[in-house]
Amino acid sequence: MSEQALKVVIDEELCKQCELCVAICPVHVLRISSKINSKGFHPAELFDNEKCISCGFCAMTCPERAIAVYKPEVEKA
Amino acid sequence: MKIVYERPKTLEKVVNHYCPGCHHGILHALIAEVLDEMKLADKTVGVAPVGCAVMAYNYLDIDWIEAPHGRAVAIATGIKLAHPDVLVFTYQGDGDAASIGLAETLYGAIRGVNVTTFMYNNAIYGMTGGQMAPTTLLGMKTTTSPYGRDPKREGYPVKMAETIALQDGTAFAARSALFNPRAITETKNHIKHAFELQMKGEGFTFIEVVGTCPTNWGMTPVEASEFAKNEMVKTYPLGIKKDVKGSETR
Amino acid sequence: MSERILMKGNEAVGEAAVRAGCRLYFGYPITPASEIAEYMAYRLPQVGGTFIQAESELAASNMVYGAAAAGKYAMTASSSPGISLMQEALSYMAGAEVPGLFVDAVRGGPGLGDIQAAQSDYFQLTKGGGHGDYHLIVFAPYTIQEVINIMPIAFETAFKYRNPVVIAIDGLIGQMMEAVEFPYFVNPDEVPLPNWALSGKFRHGYKKNVNTSLELDPEKLEAINWRLQAKYHEIEEKEPRYDYVGVEAPETLVVAYGTVARVTMSALKKMLAEGKSIGLFRPITIWPFPGKALAQKAVNAKRIVVLEMSAGQMIEDVKLNVFDPNKEYEFHGHPGGTTFTPSEIEQILRG
Repeated sequence: MSEQALKVVIDEELCKQCELCVAICPVHVLRISSKINSKGFHPAELFDNEKCISCGFCAMTCPERAIAVYKPEVEKA
Repeated sequence: MKIVYERPKTLEKVVNHYCPGCHHGILHALIAEVLDEMKLADKTVGVAPVGCAVMAYNYLDIDWIEAPHGRAVAIATGIKLAHPDVLVFTYQGDGDAASIGLAETLYGAIRGVNVTTFMYNNAIYGMTGGQMAPTTLLGMKTTTSPYGRDPKREGYPVKMAETIALQDGTAFAARSALFNPRAITETKNHIKHAFELQMKGEGFTFIEVVGTCPTNWGMTPVEASEFAKNEMVKTYPLGIKKDVKGSETR
Repeated sequence: MSERILMKGNEAVGEAAVRAGCRLYFGYPITPASEIAEYMAYRLPQVGGTFIQAESELAASNMVYGAAAAGKYAMTASSSPGISLMQEALSYMAGAEVPGLFVDAVRGGPGLGDIQAAQSDYFQLTKGGGHGDYHLIVFAPYTIQEVINIMPIAFETAFKYRNPVVIAIDGLIGQMMEAVEFPYFVNPDEVPLPNWALSGKFRHGYKKNVNTSLELDPEKLEAINWRLQAKYHEIEEKEPRYDYVGVEAPETLVVAYGTVARVTMSALKKMLAEGKSIGLFRPITIWPFPGKALAQKAVNAKRIVVLEMSAGQMIEDVKLNVFDPNKEYEFHGHPGGTTFTPSEIEQILRG
């Protein structure tokens, strides 16, 4: 059993605020945060975990590979 | 929850030097993913170019050499002959592969050298600050074509994937892109196929990748990706230009 | 193994390289070096090696760069205009510390010049030639047998110091035939792969090897350059080679290398037999220049005669090392492809 709760985990130190993930997200659950990392960028963040469909588009598109994507396991009957 | 997308093991966990939104990082990650999936990271030598990717050797956990400007395929030829069982690829820009290194790149195909060449085509010299590249689109303004590229003066954009495909020593030549998940998936498929062909000794494999240069194009990363999707592909049509083992292995 | 056979100089270069353990040759045709490529194209497939005719000297030299960075004995041969093109790879290889063997059959210049024997590549071979602070290790043999004897040393020295090595010959040495012997045969499989070789991590543990001449941090690049200079100083201490024929402390000291030294021999021997106070100092390595040995031989010399098939290049190193403005320096040159004759040299030496 994983403790993982969020479907999208962004390594804020790797993020360069390019917004490609925000633009590509088909369900619009990512945005640029007001936080600031050590390089001076505002990293992207997931703001609606419920609506995220774990499609992985953000991770694929991220030039920094700063994003990990998780998917809920289908419950066994 | 199970993980469906994570950082490839072979991609070093460092902040790369590329500008925000530059597609180089996506291509690095795809190569790393394919090396992981094919379990080849310990049997690979990469050849870095002169250009934006000059420090590519900092980003993939494989053996690397940094080649003189344009000579990557010649360097790769020497490495491959020294160790024929090793996967050898060159990672070059359009200026490196199609201008100063045109002879070396083309001879990779003519001679059928059993290596893979990546040519990142973003229509500009990025590292030196936005000068005209052999791939600069007609009408495109750069610091050395300030009135827009005029074919009467600056000639025409070079079609490398098609040129390489014409050579008998080429096993695979394709042009793909990185502007959306579909294009990225296609590029990854090409990389895997090219590496498989190389490991089977089929000949020269060449992947031209249409990328962006938000900084020198004067666009946001999102605008640059849109420009690649809507404008770049008009001059540089995507697709497989040659494949000696099309249906068998794919 | 060491039977005497009659062999042409350029072919002996190839055979010596094969017997020294070289199995990778990258060449581009140029007179008067083409026969080395032709011989290797014929010979290497017989011993499981590979010959590649590159598309240019730029490509050929960078193929050597790649193969040598992968840890293997690799070589090319060319002549002066081709060597000029190879200066790119040579500078990079020196900076990235990659060994490799380059044979230069020197011909007349500048530009296309001619195809006759010359020594006017002395500056481009010994002073760096390309950009940056670096040196090539340069052997200048004067007979075909000496070319053969130097070949394994050249490869070993290149790998020992991780630096490109040049064997400088000329069209005369390349074209003449001599009875020679090959007193060695190195099995390339027994040459260990160095731990810096690019060969995939599976061959050298699981830490990646990176070979580059790039260092953007100026302080780090300075440190690298001082380390390289320390290496060059070590080479200058340990590797100079020379030959000396003559009386112990001659009044007339002749300095010549390669073909010119050979032509000098007959006049020299004649004059020595007459009891003249004369000697020939012949650098075998022109970098590192055997300057200390030369200075010792020059202590009692009033007259120092430098003979070169150029307009005067090595004479700068002669003066720099003898370092005595009170001596009489005399230069005689053939810049352009004509060669000294024995009688001409005899006339010069008799003054």
